[in-house]
Amino acid sequence: SVSQWEIYDAYMEELQKMEKSKEKEKPKAQIAKKEEKKKGRKLTSLESQSDDITKISKAAKIMERMVNQNTFDDIAQDFKYFEDASDEYRDQRGTLLPLWKFQYDKTKRLAVTAISWNPKYKDLFAVGYGSYDFMKQSHGMLLLYTMKNPSFPEYVFSSESGIMCLDIHNDHPYLVAVGFYDGNVAIYNLKKATSQPSYKSSAKSGKHTDPVWQVKWQKDDMDNNLNFFSVSSDGRIVSWTLVKNELVHTDVIKLSAEGTTMQGPEGLQLQTLGCGTSFDFHKKIDYLFLVGTEEGKIYKCSKCYSSQFLDVFEAHHMAVDSVSWNPYHLKVFISCSSDWTVKIWDHTVKTPMFIYDLNSAVGDVAWSPYSSTVFAAVTTDGKAHVFDLSINKYEALCTQIVVAKKKNKITHIQFNPVYPVVIIGDERGHVTCLKLSPNLRKMPKEKKGQEVKKGPEVEIAKLDKLLNLVREPDGK
Amino acid sequence: AEVEETLKRIQAHKGVIATMVINAEGIPIRTTLDNSTTVQYAGLLHQLTTKARSTVRDIDPQNDLTFLRIRSKKHEIMVAPDKEYLLIVIQNPCE
Repeated sequence: SVSQWEIYDAYMEELQKMEKSKEKEKPKAQIAKKEEKKKGRKLTSLESQSDDITKISKAAKIMERMVNQNTFDDIAQDFKYFEDASDEYRDQRGTLLPLWKFQYDKTKRLAVTAISWNPKYKDLFAVGYGSYDFMKQSHGMLLLYTMKNPSFPEYVFSSESGIMCLDIHNDHPYLVAVGFYDGNVAIYNLKKATSQPSYKSSAKSGKHTDPVWQVKWQKDDMDNNLNFFSVSSDGRIVSWTLVKNELVHTDVIKLSAEGTTMQGPEGLQLQTLGCGTSFDFHKKIDYLFLVGTEEGKIYKCSKCYSSQFLDVFEAHHMAVDSVSWNPYHLKVFISCSSDWTVKIWDHTVKTPMFIYDLNSAVGDVAWSPYSSTVFAAVTTDGKAHVFDLSINKYEALCTQIVVAKKKNKITHIQFNPVYPVVIIGDERGHVTCLKLSPNLRKMPKEKKGQEVKKGPEVEIAKLDKLLNLVREPDGK
Repeated sequence: AEVEETLKRIQAHKGVIATMVINAEGIPIRTTLDNSTTVQYAGLLHQLTTKARSTVRDIDPQNDLTFLRIRSKKHEIMVAPDKEYLLIVIQNPCE
């Protein structure tokens, strides 16, 4: 008796043959037909093709993930289903539940310098490894892990110089832009099998003279070329465009620090440049971006004006480690610094709206993607702090030590865009994934009889209400 | 090759008792168990996979079998069918 799928298979074969015969008769088409016939007959022995073990790669990959799922079964269940019920008794505070820990032997000596989630595959994330220590510079690595396989990275790339920052393109999630400690930038293509970057800058093509602290992809320019920006301690913000397989650079702006022109030899005015350490582009207003510097200032700049800043904020007393626009509210941004503080600003006001002192240098701060009032910060004493401004404006909802050894500093934190997890990278090359407890993820409560409005407007309104309490009323 | 590495990692993973690669005819190509046991597993699992696949496809011909897991009291047998091969792993999920 013939089963239904055998009939289906026969029909599919016929359909494919008809489609092929509709194409123009080329010798290639005929060879393709012959190969198909070979595969179609499952009974013929395939000894003619060698018992190639590489054919099994897809099955091996799935199998590895399944084996891992079995070993880490309780963690996978926790990730998906566990909601800490004791949060009800904890009076607004929340906790971070440690899930997986990702580590790889070749990165044991390196610090995690950058993490980023892939915009298309929500369980895939990229980690850059390098060293923050000036004296101990060695090679760097770029690894991509998936939450489905905690024991081995999906992609491994190594480089001569430590990687300091990375960014994955939104539309082409296989392109990763990377900035190095030696000032170079490169683009890695995940689709290609090589472990070398596809495009790399060099001393001739205008690389930075100091470590590149941050890179960010931009929208394709008018000629549909890919481009990204990079900021470095040498005071330049450079736009790199991929034109005909080569990286071409354009200086966008030079961070001249005001009032620091010096008299050089022969009466030259030497402009000392500020050292850029981080930047962030506005989500909606395309040309607007912020740059944080080592001197503690934050400059508001526009891509259109290359010699002047739109505004300067005297933000911190020490280097600004990270700046980030709020994903919902168009005017708010957050900054953190080694001077132990995290500050929230409205870009039209010169003084910060909120200031938090965290008792230790703050390595990184990130807004959460699900709420305009939740953000997390990590400090060098190994703690992660999660704040929700709509619940408690003065204190963190959660302060938790997340790294095992006391001497281990946390370097970066990122929220997953979809799942309620964060990943934290530390100085020993480990990446830990933690789940946010329900108290940290509170959504506005529905009032009886009222429709629950969802969407970014609600988030913006929430934050606006808070800011109005802090802002000086216009009348006075 | 990369696949070799992956197979080595799977074999070295916690709780994995055995790994086998069987070809389309039920002949083991690569195994970490002794011959007689391998041949026994190969034959039996091959038939089971074929039956499982035909079950899935009978219900919906556009569907296909991606993975088969048999959990027993002592351990778990996982089968990943491919176009021409069958990858079998026996693991003891530590309980």
